[in-house]
Amino acid sequence: MNYNFDWSVLWSGQTGAWLLDGVLVTLKISSLAWLAAVALGILSGALRTAPITLLRWLAAAYVEFFRNVPLLVWMFFWYFGMPPLLPHALQEWLLDHGAEFWAGVCALGVYHGARFSEVIRAGIHAIPRTQFEAAVSTGLTVPQAYRLIIVPIALRLIVPPATNETLNLLKNSSVALTIGVAELTFQTRQIETYTARAFEALAAGTLIYLFLCLAIAAFMSRLERSMAIPGMIARGQSVEL
Amino acid sequence: MDFGVITDNFSFLMLQGFIGLGPFAGGTLRLALPAIVLGFLLGTCIGLARLAHSPWLSVPAKVYVEFFRGVPLVMVIFWFWFIVPVMLGRSLPEYAVALTAFVMFEAAYLAEIVRAGIQSVPRGQVEAATATGLARAPMMRYVILPQALRNMIPALVTQFIVLLKDTSLASIIGYVDLTKAAQIVNNREIRPFELYLFIAVVYWICSYTMSRYVRRWENAAGQSAR
Repeated sequence: MNYNFDWSVLWSGQTGAWLLDGVLVTLKISSLAWLAAVALGILSGALRTAPITLLRWLAAAYVEFFRNVPLLVWMFFWYFGMPPLLPHALQEWLLDHGAEFWAGVCALGVYHGARFSEVIRAGIHAIPRTQFEAAVSTGLTVPQAYRLIIVPIALRLIVPPATNETLNLLKNSSVALTIGVAELTFQTRQIETYTARAFEALAAGTLIYLFLCLAIAAFMSRLERSMAIPGMIARGQSVEL
Repeated sequence: MDFGVITDNFSFLMLQGFIGLGPFAGGTLRLALPAIVLGFLLGTCIGLARLAHSPWLSVPAKVYVEFFRGVPLVMVIFWFWFIVPVMLGRSLPEYAVALTAFVMFEAAYLAEIVRAGIQSVPRGQVEAATATGLARAPMMRYVILPQALRNMIPALVTQFIVLLKDTSLASIIGYVDLTKAAQIVNNREIRPFELYLFIAVVYWICSYTMSRYVRRWENAAGQSAR
């Protein structure tokens, strides 16, 4: 191997600004998609345990359909497949307002929503059935029992698997480069293209991802400790990257 | 909407894109099947190394696993795509690059499955094997691994589902898998909705069938354990 390292390409000229932009876009797309995924996950995860068959069935259909198809296909579907079916004015508006970014948010949010749904369903199943019965017997309606008792407890139980899912979402946001979202991997490639310095550019991108993952994992393990329910700690140990 | 585009290009999409028979070196299955087998072999070595007593084995194995699990797959594919030509002085075909990247990446996840599988074998088995006079290596080979493998099967199939979906990412370096085949057809026919919906259904059928199988296996195992 005959290669002269030149790490200065990472801060000379525009490349530093590109990397920073990339990190910001990655964080932006991931956090918006995360919010969507958690909302969809809580809703469909709760519905999958609901006492009404039709609702359970609809939520299961959503989860099974979206989870079993590659994220890349969803990216293409939302970016290339959906817009031609929309009204013309809306298409124009989307093209002026970063259609690829919003398609990326939709693809990531809906795909990971299906995966969060499974995590939350498992959390709800881990709660003893008597909690639900006790809540209903105090006079709460079923939606109230879910909103006030079941979902809050489930959310405290699922911090470790939710951490894994969050890290997966962050890493999967790199797939958005295929539809032209200028996130971190996209910028890493751009630096490689402009400077022909593959090793330095990819090393920088890789280290930034590792750093982000470690930071999130550290934050979530603190959150896990403060969220743990006394007496139920054993259910969710081992936060792993 | 016009699904005629699917019937017209069906053999290209399925034979070339999905299976890998045709003029291009491609195919989703031709990448996914060798990748899971080789990834499992490498993953078993790494998983065993993680459980070794010697830190000279267990620490590098841990670093390997944590590194690959903290980096996006797209990044790993680009690593091999851009670095290998620099190191070898010549470029490799997409198939070789994609296969190497997937084997290395999946091995990290499979190593964790192997480790969990081995740790799921009751401690008494190790003690019984030691008591009969087996050394450490034959004990692994004849007592622990066969039982661990049985416990691992659902997790392995689940990982294969993940891998099958992830092979779509090989299309970003130009490997002609099912996703790339749909892109090629779409460039000619401009029918994105129909084409991407079709390949979504193909992926869905494969993943869903396998995940049903996993659930049946787990339910059966759960009942026999009771």
